Amino acid sequence: MKDRSIHILNFVGLGFFEPAIRLAAGEETKKNLIALLKKVFLPVLSVGLFLVLWHAGASYLYNVEKDFKIERAKEASGDAGVALELKRIETGESSINSLPSPGAVLAAFKTLLADHRSITAKKAAFKEKVAATNAKREEQGLEPITYTGRPSFVDQIFTSLKTVFAGFFLALFLAVPVGIILGLSSTLRSSFNWLIQIFKPVSPVVWFLLVYMIVKTMTLSYNGDVSFIISFIAVGLCAMWATLVNTTLGVSTVDKDYINVAKVLNLGVGQKVFKIVLPSSFPLIFTGLRITVSVAWMVLIAIELLSQSPGLGTFVWEEFQNGANDSNAKIIAAMFVIGIIGFLLDRLMFTVQKFVTFTEEAAA
Amino acid sequence: MAYIELRNVSKSFGTGKDRTEVLSNINLEIEEGEFVAIVGFTGSGKTTLINLISGLLMPDEGEVLFKGKPVTGPSHERGVIFQNYSLLPWLNVRNNVGMAVKEAFKKMTKKDRNKRVEEYVEMVNLSPAIGKLPKELSGGMRQRVSVTRALSMSPDVILMDEPLSALDALTRGNLQKEILNIWNKDKKTALLITNDVDEGILMADRIIPLKPGPKATLGPEYKINLERPRNKTALNHNEEYKKLRNGIMEYLIQIGEQRASKKSNDYTLPDIKPVIKPTPFRRLSFS
Repeated sequence: MKDRSIHILNFVGLGFFEPAIRLAAGEETKKNLIALLKKVFLPVLSVGLFLVLWHAGASYLYNVEKDFKIERAKEASGDAGVALELKRIETGESSINSLPSPGAVLAAFKTLLADHRSITAKKAAFKEKVAATNAKREEQGLEPITYTGRPSFVDQIFTSLKTVFAGFFLALFLAVPVGIILGLSSTLRSSFNWLIQIFKPVSPVVWFLLVYMIVKTMTLSYNGDVSFIISFIAVGLCAMWATLVNTTLGVSTVDKDYINVAKVLNLGVGQKVFKIVLPSSFPLIFTGLRITVSVAWMVLIAIELLSQSPGLGTFVWEEFQNGANDSNAKIIAAMFVIGIIGFLLDRLMFTVQKFVTFTEEAAA
Repeated sequence: MAYIELRNVSKSFGTGKDRTEVLSNINLEIEEGEFVAIVGFTGSGKTTLINLISGLLMPDEGEVLFKGKPVTGPSHERGVIFQNYSLLPWLNVRNNVGMAVKEAFKKMTKKDRNKRVEEYVEMVNLSPAIGKLPKELSGGMRQRVSVTRALSMSPDVILMDEPLSALDALTRGNLQKEILNIWNKDKKTALLITNDVDEGILMADRIIPLKPGPKATLGPEYKINLERPRNKTALNHNEEYKKLRNGIMEYLIQIGEQRASKKSNDYTLPDIKPVIKPTPFRRLSFS
């Protein structure tokens, strides 16, 4: 049980829990305590330090803005103005939109979750209410009535994840086959090299505009969710370069020994590619895919923001435009959610990578 | 006509100034069923020679004939055992061998192929490890898999490129015995490349030294008429063995010295003496 859970944790890249489990099992207390200190306590400490600094910085910025407002009120209408301004700040009527403190962010996060619960409840109630009507409409062959209210924060997360995965699979199905073909043929490689080098550093915003120009024309007579199509294609095109380059490199630099084996065994082209070239370049392909996932998640926010496709990017942008008292706190909360999901996505890819690639360390 | 024949074979690498002729004017004839060993120094072009015979490389001049026909590329008829095993790390023992069997016997049913794989793995005593990946095996076990892979295709010739040079002396001895046992069964033509004269004498019918490259050529051949099966410990007291061994060693040492003397340049050392200055305290120097 213990060894198994340690094995699993290491496999998914969460190996830092290992000493805690070993400690709980009463194994080599001193050694594991030190390891625990190093792997868990120190990171927690650094997070704590970060929170303290953040809090201090936030309250300093808050005071700067508050003092400025009071100063201005004093200049305008004397002591009475100061008292009025203080009262307005107290009630939130005069909002101070500086960096929110950690506490405010936590509160905003809770608000978002509560909001999600209430929207979910509303959705359920709506569904119940229209159930009878929808049944009737279905009999008549009409589209059912769906809830068209505002999506909650959690809904936005799932929309974003959907976009990222759609973009990721687009990158996968585009970059891996093209990479293999380019890797196998040095002629093709050198003919496309310039194009790849030129397109690789293009910024996500420009990719979005390019995709927009093309997809807009292609979907003139289409009534579906065009913004989703545009954003996932743009995400895929931005993120695929790491996979393309790594796949090409992996395929073109297969160990000469393995190629010799293929030659000596007289393998056919198909056998050679699938039995030798691909397996030996899997480590590099998956390194590329891991980078692709992180890049996809990173550019997603910018692209969603531009395309007005629902998701975390749009959420952040709308909150910024909204300018309510807790808008900044909600943005920071979204920032942490984005960061944590990015981390989890990377761990996911890490695990998949470990599943399908070989390691070649010598036993002798 | 010889089974394998090399006629005036030369091979160079590189172009222009960097061009080096590795093998020059090689003539070699191997009869069917013969076990020939080629001994030589590291870097003398032994691997190039075996790659030419296997068909992985093409000669620049001259020709390589196999059963009277020129070699145009690799083929199942010539099985190769590589120096660094060259097992595919993502396949287990069964699949590494199975891939070779599948290519060599395309018409065989899957069941028969599996049977053949198991038979050959059994032959090198690796049955318990048939499901293991190469990284889980020791060096000796890996080379056994490599031997099995080459033999399972039932080649007409076995080409061995320093198959045992990466192994420790004890494992080496065991594998030499195993390879000889297998060879004894059907007396296939075999060519062994080695840097170990003892190994050559123990295993081969004929030993040919390869003079060190660049422009390596073959030296005079030494026939080995020792009776088979040969026993390593018994051989140590055999007069003929001693004579052969000393003869080959002397020849190798002699050509080795020739090469060394050709290379050595006289360097005149500058006439300087170290001066030690007394300093009050040590300073850090960044030179």
